[in-house]
Amino acid sequence: MADGSDPRPDPGAGAVPPGPGGAAAPPASRVTLKVNGTEHDLRLDHRVTLLDALRGHLLLTGAKKGCDHGQCGACTVLADGRRVNSCLLLAVTQDGADITTVEGLGSTAGDLHPLQRAFLERDAFQCGFCTPGQLCSAVGAIAEAAAGHPSHATGADALTDPGPVTLTAEEVRERMSGNLCRCGAYPRIVDAVRDVTA
Amino acid sequence: MRHVVLGTAVGRAEGPEKVTGAARYAGDHAPAGCAHAWPVAATVPRGRVTAVDAAAALALPGVLAVLTPHNAPRLGPSDDPTLQVLQDAGVPHRGWYVALAVAETPEAARAAASAVVVTYEAAGHDVGFRADHPGAYTPEEANGGHPAHREHGDPDAALAAAAVRVDCSYAVAPLHNHPMEPHAATALWDEAGGHLTVYDSSQGSGPVRAALASLFGLPEDRVTVVSEHVGGGFGCKGTPRPHVVLAVMAARHTGRPVTLALPRRHLPAVVGHRAPTLHRVRLGARSDGTLTALTHEVTTHTSRVREFVEQAAVPGRVMYAVPDSRTTHRVVALDVPTPSWMRAPGEAPGMYALESAMDELADALGIDPVELRVRNEPATEPDSGRPFSSRHLVECLREGADRFGWASLRTPRREGTVLCGTGVAAATYPVLISPSTARAHALADGRFHVEVNATDIGTGARTVLAQVAADALGVPLDAVTVAVGHTGLPSASLAGGSSGTGSWGWAVHDACAALTARMAGRHGPLPGGGLSASADTAGSAGQKSPYSRHAFGAHFADVRVDTVTGEVRVARLLGVFAAGRILNPVTARSQFVGAMVMGVGMALTEHSSVDPVHGDFAESDLASYHVPVHADVPDIEAHWIDEHDKHLNPMGSKGIGEIGIVGTAAAIGNAFRHATGRRLRSLPLTPDRVLDVLA
Ligand code: FES
Ligand code: FES
Repeated sequence: MADGSDPRPDPGAGAVPPGPGGAAAPPASRVTLKVNGTEHDLRLDHRVTLLDALRGHLLLTGAKKGCDHGQCGACTVLADGRRVNSCLLLAVTQDGADITTVEGLGSTAGDLHPLQRAFLERDAFQCGFCTPGQLCSAVGAIAEAAAGHPSHATGADALTDPGPVTLTAEEVRERMSGNLCRCGAYPRIVDAVRDVTA
Repeated sequence: MRHVVLGTAVGRAEGPEKVTGAARYAGDHAPAGCAHAWPVAATVPRGRVTAVDAAAALALPGVLAVLTPHNAPRLGPSDDPTLQVLQDAGVPHRGWYVALAVAETPEAARAAASAVVVTYEAAGHDVGFRADHPGAYTPEEANGGHPAHREHGDPDAALAAAAVRVDCSYAVAPLHNHPMEPHAATALWDEAGGHLTVYDSSQGSGPVRAALASLFGLPEDRVTVVSEHVGGGFGCKGTPRPHVVLAVMAARHTGRPVTLALPRRHLPAVVGHRAPTLHRVRLGARSDGTLTALTHEVTTHTSRVREFVEQAAVPGRVMYAVPDSRTTHRVVALDVPTPSWMRAPGEAPGMYALESAMDELADALGIDPVELRVRNEPATEPDSGRPFSSRHLVECLREGADRFGWASLRTPRREGTVLCGTGVAAATYPVLISPSTARAHALADGRFHVEVNATDIGTGARTVLAQVAADALGVPLDAVTVAVGHTGLPSASLAGGSSGTGSWGWAVHDACAALTARMAGRHGPLPGGGLSASADTAGSAGQKSPYSRHAFGAHFADVRVDTVTGEVRVARLLGVFAAGRILNPVTARSQFVGAMVMGVGMALTEHSSVDPVHGDFAESDLASYHVPVHADVPDIEAHWIDEHDKHLNPMGSKGIGEIGIVGTAAAIGNAFRHATGRRLRSLPLTPDRVLDVLA
């Protein structure tokens, strides 16, 4: 979008112009983000979080800002395949990263990710505000379990077994506990995650 | 052929948009040239702003303006004084907004807000809530228009004469709604056309439009408010909140579109909270369990800005057959943020107290708690004497007990260091209904389009209204589209008090019935523009019913208490509800279960406290205010019984958004008592309290 396709008038694709008193513009750098398969060259104020870069600069508003402090998980996206709270990462630190947002999981009826379909089938949301984060987090959690990463819910014998961890309901609840849902869709979210891992 | 769509399991109409991130919430709108605003909150518990030095903030790059009580535009009148932001130098409580920074980017706006230097003249403050506060008074009314005080017979004499008595005090701490979407608004002021457009995170765009029109001196037809997708509300977005006023102020002041998304930590001080309640409940009974006396005395707090009285003694007027009763509220105005609605205001804390006391009475009598409730089933509403339009509490209790396996779980167990027990509580929530309007169009291509300014805050309103419409039109569901969430649509009531589906559905039903009648009189194809019909339920839904109308329910909980860590966990939670006709079992179950999850939070983890020195809520963010997470929530069962009630609305439905929270905390607290033999009378049941009571 820094190539001129940003629909908004240019404050330098996010860089702040000097203040009226001639105050220096805040430090900014060029950053390349590969988001949902497309590379974007951005010039970003160093204070811009990955979440605000996605939402404000690339207009990918699927990732949500529920707290901006790493407390809710609504901003969860995948960075190089790992789930991250994008509100806690400064975008400049993600130069070169491969980012997947909910829009990148599947964006049209025909190409929905199996988890997106499971969320629909299970009615695993109400207001939908936590949903993009739940979905990205679940994709990450499933990959972590497949890679053999244990959780607090993992039994002692599984700890010595380097193989994949089976995602029981307990495992899903534990691994998804960083993603709050005030609508209380938790039981259906757990069902939906297990539908795609069963 | 008749298409059966009402009562069938239909997925959410907007589901695909929500799972792909395409659904736009208020803060997701980025109009060309959009600026960002960041509010500055007062840092004294009470006092006056003596000066605001914005020089450093304005010198920062990208900063457009700093609004203060001294330079902010003057506002017109509002019913709600919390909307009169930046109008004078007074600071009624900590967290009250005293300035607003507007800048090109969110980063610059935040930096500017923290660079604003506000000087105060601090005044003495009092935030210390207690039942014997000398300032406590009996208000005229509690929330919902309920009389603050009701008395029947001579409850004191009846208590004195009772064979068995309980006299207990319960406490519920302040609670925060914390919808996952913090309040946000994007405002566009079209100077040339004189038109204001606002995307607001609200439970009702109609009331937002009315308030903004008055505050900014505009005719209502020059204001458009859109609340298409809303990330939860649970009451705290029920009426306009200060953020939307500030966003519009900033847009008019700078001539730029402005987005304001409240920082999470600001919410507790500016969007309302569930006020703390202290309860004294006294029950008198004969030895067979028949209640002879009930008193429920509630003390709560409000702010000095606006009186709001949590109507927690009201459920005692509905629940049980008691000849002699007193249900009463007292309130003390303190230098605290203004409380407001939070899911089942009144019923949630009130039924926690009443249903805990019923459990204590069952213990004292040695009567099964399900049986005790059944024995006190009233023939008519105890307070008004009006007949119930329908009441199936006993059926809920019986079916719940069956499904839960209640009879086989009445012996507390110990598994190592863990104590296990079960508890039950009843629930009730009134049927509220408001007049609304709707319009239905038959399109030339054979499809139908229904318009109603309902708000879908996650309830599934779009979906169920399409079902109501398809049913009334006698057409398949996929022939109907529904538009909601925009003030350009026929006006309708807000999404609150579990009144949405009944109120909007009634108007949609009537509009579709009128359209069907118009079409029945016609032959041949529709005109090119199609046919339309409108409905206004002012005359029907607005009428007072001769019936007492309430939903009822029963909650059953199975809990585990770790005697080493003090942790209480819910192993099973089951609810059975009698809430009229269930119009969509999928979205209904999500609402019941979701509210029960919030009840788990109320029981086990959620509490806030007002810092006596600083005057603010100590637990203001999601790291300190603990809403339930996945790991706290077991599989939850919600069931309902078939209830046919002709005295409600054309669909036969009662509201279902709130009753799920009502009995949950008491059922869990009662299960704790069953497991441990000890009772905790303050929520939540946190490890510190648990270890204390077990010691
Ligand atoms: S917005 Fe990032 S964790 Fe809440
Ligand atoms: S669906 Fe509303 S917060 Fe999860």
